[in-house]
Amino acid sequence: MDSSNLLSIVTFVYGFAAILYIAAWIFKKTFPGLLATWTVLLGAMGNAAGIIMRWVESYKLGIGHAPLSNMYESLVFFSCTIAVIYLVIERTYKNRILGAFAMPLVFLSIAYASLSPNVNDRIQPLIPALKSNWLIAHVMTCFFGYAAFAIAFGISLMYLLACGDKKGKGYLLSHFPKPAFLDNLTHQMVTFGFLFLSIGIITGAVWANSAWGSYWSWDPKETWSLITWFIYATLLHARLMRGWHGKRIAYVSIIGFMAVLFTYFGVNLLPGLHSYAQ
Amino acid sequence: MKKENESANFFSRLWKFFASIRLTVVLLLSLAATSIIGTVIPQNQSPADYFHNYGEFFYNFFSALNIFDMYHSWWFQILLLMLTINVIVCSLNRLSTTWKIVFVKIPPFNVSKFRILSNKEEFTSNRPLEDLRNKYEQAVSKKYGYYRAEQTDKGFCVLAEKGRWTRLGVYTVHLSVILLLLGGLIGSIFGFEGFVNIPEGETVNSIRLRKTEQIHNLDFAIRCDDFSVSFYETGAPKEFRSTLSIIEDGRSVLQKDIIVNHPLRYKGINLFQANYGMLPPEEITLNIMSRETGMVYKKKMKIGMPIEVPEGVGTFVVKDYRNSFNYKGIALGETFIGILNRKDGNSINIMLPLNFASFDKMRKGDLIFSVADYDNGYYTGLQVTCDPGVLVVYSGFVVMIIGCLVTFFMSHQRLCIEVIKSGSKTKVMVAGTANKNKLGMQARVKNFSQNLAKL
Repeated sequence: MDSSNLLSIVTFVYGFAAILYIAAWIFKKTFPGLLATWTVLLGAMGNAAGIIMRWVESYKLGIGHAPLSNMYESLVFFSCTIAVIYLVIERTYKNRILGAFAMPLVFLSIAYASLSPNVNDRIQPLIPALKSNWLIAHVMTCFFGYAAFAIAFGISLMYLLACGDKKGKGYLLSHFPKPAFLDNLTHQMVTFGFLFLSIGIITGAVWANSAWGSYWSWDPKETWSLITWFIYATLLHARLMRGWHGKRIAYVSIIGFMAVLFTYFGVNLLPGLHSYAQ
Repeated sequence: MKKENESANFFSRLWKFFASIRLTVVLLLSLAATSIIGTVIPQNQSPADYFHNYGEFFYNFFSALNIFDMYHSWWFQILLLMLTINVIVCSLNRLSTTWKIVFVKIPPFNVSKFRILSNKEEFTSNRPLEDLRNKYEQAVSKKYGYYRAEQTDKGFCVLAEKGRWTRLGVYTVHLSVILLLLGGLIGSIFGFEGFVNIPEGETVNSIRLRKTEQIHNLDFAIRCDDFSVSFYETGAPKEFRSTLSIIEDGRSVLQKDIIVNHPLRYKGINLFQANYGMLPPEEITLNIMSRETGMVYKKKMKIGMPIEVPEGVGTFVVKDYRNSFNYKGIALGETFIGILNRKDGNSINIMLPLNFASFDKMRKGDLIFSVADYDNGYYTGLQVTCDPGVLVVYSGFVVMIIGCLVTFFMSHQRLCIEVIKSGSKTKVMVAGTANKNKLGMQARVKNFSQNLAKL
């Protein structure tokens, strides 16, 4: 079995976990939720094992490099990061309804990698521009940031759902965490994501300066990461200094995540230096 | 007197305008929104391309707004400048208050404020006051940088705090943003960006600037000793490598191989491997076969210099080398083009594509020309930059990361333990506040109180 096979299996494990979380939420049962937690743990371990296997396989092919060099590899890493951060949150706050909103994102990410005909899962040699120690630091920090923003997005959706139901009588919302808690958690995830997005942009700039001789070239991917940074900077300032809370913060967080998605996928439609990320 | 008032009034209104967080939000969102334009409309292309793609009206409209180089346009720079002033004014505005809080000699504690906290912890103990006081002071000293114990009417209290300085974190983040913008400014004033192509074995001492296309002389010369390119089995490029020598006063002072991601830096100037290409050949060896006799003649010749063709047919000259050539709609690739001048006065164009050795057979002439060999050299394409602002930008990066860590994950935490003698027992209250992450502080206070209760 090679890493691609293992990661295909992980896709279904994550899909199963997502269904379990949603079932646990809708039917208000503890058992599917408990099972879901263990399923995600299993999936995340398989996911990590798949990444390590792929790393080893690349060395066996004689083109050894960290498996963070193209769309397939980044999607696989993305799903692993969201899953791990989610597990930490679940353990810290003892709430599994969050899983019904976070796990589908994990599943979608790896499913797109494994199943889409547009995403090539072959291990390819590194082009000269990517041969750098900055590759690991840059890609990892960016995806920690993206993953935190993804979870903030899921929580913001929950917040808007919870607020849509003013009287608190909705069947699905009766066990929902308190809006204030969700609002706080969104903020926490955004600060975490903002730190890593900043480090991701910084490592990217330092790398660009050693590869191309310029730390900033207004390439579409750079620009979109900066747009994302501006949006989340707005969120932090509006919340801390102007006391924005609740719905407005949730909307900004959702818009921010749309910018993340565009930085990640949309930019490939535009011409620029990051064309190898396709 | 009135005028002075007016100008003071104007200044204070300007200050107020820039001290607004609403302005920050507007500026950040405007920068985000306008930045999108430059990712959708390709930047810094030739005017002809734009004209072709957008038509006359939009071409004029976009040109007037500098959309084709929008990140350097006056209006984008104004947005950046306003953000800078906004950051500076906001920071100064709040810094004086924060400064007084941070650099206080004896941190003030108001015990009554801790008493009214909703999340305070309370328990009772049987131990004598003095005993508790020593134990609590010891426990607090392990966790908090500053503490003091005060005698009260009915007992004592221990006051402790740490992380007062973290209140300055946000100012360091703002400082880092200013450093980044300053570094960018220094780079754009004192730096340059250019390129140069150096054929193998040759030396240059000037480059062409990318913006103005002007020639820029360097203080030293660069020689390309060697260039090589290697490919993976898939055909994708594996490595571009140039061996460069730096030459000063006619002497080679430094030799280094550069590849992508490993540039050469010398006297503040950076040389990056950017691209490469084939040099047009200067010498070519031809096989000339006579159709009649079957004899093959090998002739070495320079491009542009006519030679006598064997068997007294006339003269032949190679006029040109093309990287790509189309013959009747068919792409032949790299091709030499020559002219055969026959003695009878006829001139015949002869194409010698490198990929099709027997191409000239199809002409059905009495002589068949083909390329036996030619000199093929590479030139290396270097990106040459000088940016004295990089150090400032990099220090901005470091300050930003440290600042974000402090601002987001560290807080000014204050703790108050009040111990009161009531009858034979002592009542203990533990309460704490933090300026950030209040939930985390609640958990810490609870934990700490439980530990104290066990002492």
